[in-house]
Amino acid sequence: MILQNIKKLFLCKQFLLQSYESKSVLNIIPKNLIYSKQSKSLFIPIIAFFIFLSIWHISAASIVTSLGQVPGPAQVWSQSINLVNEHIQDREKAEKFYLRQEARNAKKLEKNPDAKVKIREYTGNPTFIDQIGTSLFTVLSGFFVASIIAIPIGIFAGLSSSVHKALNPLIQIFKPVSPLAWLPIVTIIVSAVYTSDNPMFAKSFITSAITVTLCCIWPTIINTTLGVSSIDQDLRNVSRVLRLNWLTNLTKIVLPSSVPMIFAGLRMSLGIGWMVLIAAEMLAQNPGLGKFVWDEFQNGSSNSLARIMVAVFVIGIIGFMLDQIMLLLQRKVSWDKTAEVR
Amino acid sequence: MSNEYLNISEVTIDFPTDNGYYRALEKVNLGINKGEFISLIGHSGCGKSTVLNIVAGMHQATSGGVILEEKEVNEPGPDRAVVFQNHSLLPWLTSYQNVELAVKTVFQSTMSKAEIKDWIHHNLELVHMMHAKDKLPSEISGGMKQRVGIARALSMKPKILLMDEPFGALDALTRAHLQDSVMEIHAELGNTVIMITHDVDEAVLLSDRIVMMSNGPAATVGNILNIDLERPRIRLELVNNQKFNHYRAEVLKFLHESHIVKDVA
Repeated sequence: MILQNIKKLFLCKQFLLQSYESKSVLNIIPKNLIYSKQSKSLFIPIIAFFIFLSIWHISAASIVTSLGQVPGPAQVWSQSINLVNEHIQDREKAEKFYLRQEARNAKKLEKNPDAKVKIREYTGNPTFIDQIGTSLFTVLSGFFVASIIAIPIGIFAGLSSSVHKALNPLIQIFKPVSPLAWLPIVTIIVSAVYTSDNPMFAKSFITSAITVTLCCIWPTIINTTLGVSSIDQDLRNVSRVLRLNWLTNLTKIVLPSSVPMIFAGLRMSLGIGWMVLIAAEMLAQNPGLGKFVWDEFQNGSSNSLARIMVAVFVIGIIGFMLDQIMLLLQRKVSWDKTAEVR
Repeated sequence: MSNEYLNISEVTIDFPTDNGYYRALEKVNLGINKGEFISLIGHSGCGKSTVLNIVAGMHQATSGGVILEEKEVNEPGPDRAVVFQNHSLLPWLTSYQNVELAVKTVFQSTMSKAEIKDWIHHNLELVHMMHAKDKLPSEISGGMKQRVGIARALSMKPKILLMDEPFGALDALTRAHLQDSVMEIHAELGNTVIMITHDVDEAVLLSDRIVMMSNGPAATVGNILNIDLERPRIRLELVNNQKFNHYRAEVLKFLHESHIVKDVA
């Protein structure tokens, strides 16, 4: 499809050039391009993107910082390729390291079958790609824990107005708190409580994930509460006439009825979680995208700005993809097919 | 009075409002025999629905009470099934599943799996909805939804069937079809029915007795009209039936007169 559209664009361009000579541009454009729905949906965003790139290119060239000129689209692109190459090289290095280690150990065992063999892990710095993986894992862990806490709380608050009254002030107070305020508290508490000689997870990971959890339980709680408390009175009456017990009422009426709202909340939560994570990683030094940005900032080489910009784009694209995945899920679980979910 | 199947006696209800209490109903008395089809008719806001809700157990009367088969009614239950005005089907369940929820809840302990399935099918057949048993409410028309709603109510084997303007939201033709279906079912099963309606023709066509309510506040039973028409009643034949037209006129007169009184007040 994309190829087709590119081809179309190319044809149009030729056509425009020809028609420009014959001075009938205005007549030609609408019929062929703008009003053709399919090409319109791609044509306009592509044009806008190119305008964005050229503004970036022009304005970047005129700003000189302590790290040199602000990188334009071309430098950022070449840095993104660099980062991928670095990853590939690092993997090759790791593979070689393990091969050498194996060879060395095999030799040792040949000489003396009882010799103690040391197996070391490869200790290279995490590459950009590794850091993306860490970030995704951290945000999903924090989000998962948040959902497990938030959905039941939301259901109870939705079912009972006393629970809602009790929790509402707390929710309203904690909801607007920035992740940067949570982080020191979480860091100190985690280092005090999470002490084990052989920890399953790094402290920085726990700190970041908990900070994500703290910031993204609120939208899910609020939406679940709203979804549960706004169940159609008629459906509640059906439940009363049938004398459904508490559990059946929950599983047959309350949950299915509020599932669209719960998922809308989860989607918001994941979006917030992803934003919070980058900030948390910067400060907690969890080896993720946030740390990458921070390290490049501290590093201050001539490539640093371009590499940070690559990270910005990657963060944005991943955030967008996470949102699209949640949107897909939301559409799938929504029983109200007439309501447009966007 | 006490030998009647359902007995509404001296029912008064007050609703709290910002300016004190609002007395919606005052001393409503009504006895209903087993198998009788009763219509409640009256102007909007006269408390018809409140009467129905008290019988259903959704509202508690301030004084007086309802006795069904020698037991006082004080909470909702499947022995008083309600057909709601806007169908109230669970939108995420198919027609079959909607009826199934009711049947399983009520007869879980007394019916086997096969019996439950047969009973659901039987009720869907009764309202001619077997062809759409696997469709979601959003995929079927308003009339069909109401049919499934009736099947769900009937499937609970209620002692009394309560219908709150069941055909109010439907177009005339669909409404006529459903009225015929309800008459058919009533002839077959002999249910006791209380139906709320705005529609004079509908009331005369379906009912054994029409209960005309006076206007609120403090609404009560204004008049009761016995409809002495032979069953089965056939819509087209009744058009020129003198008795039918007389009953129609009676109800219209009552509604019109109470309307004038309201205007004067």
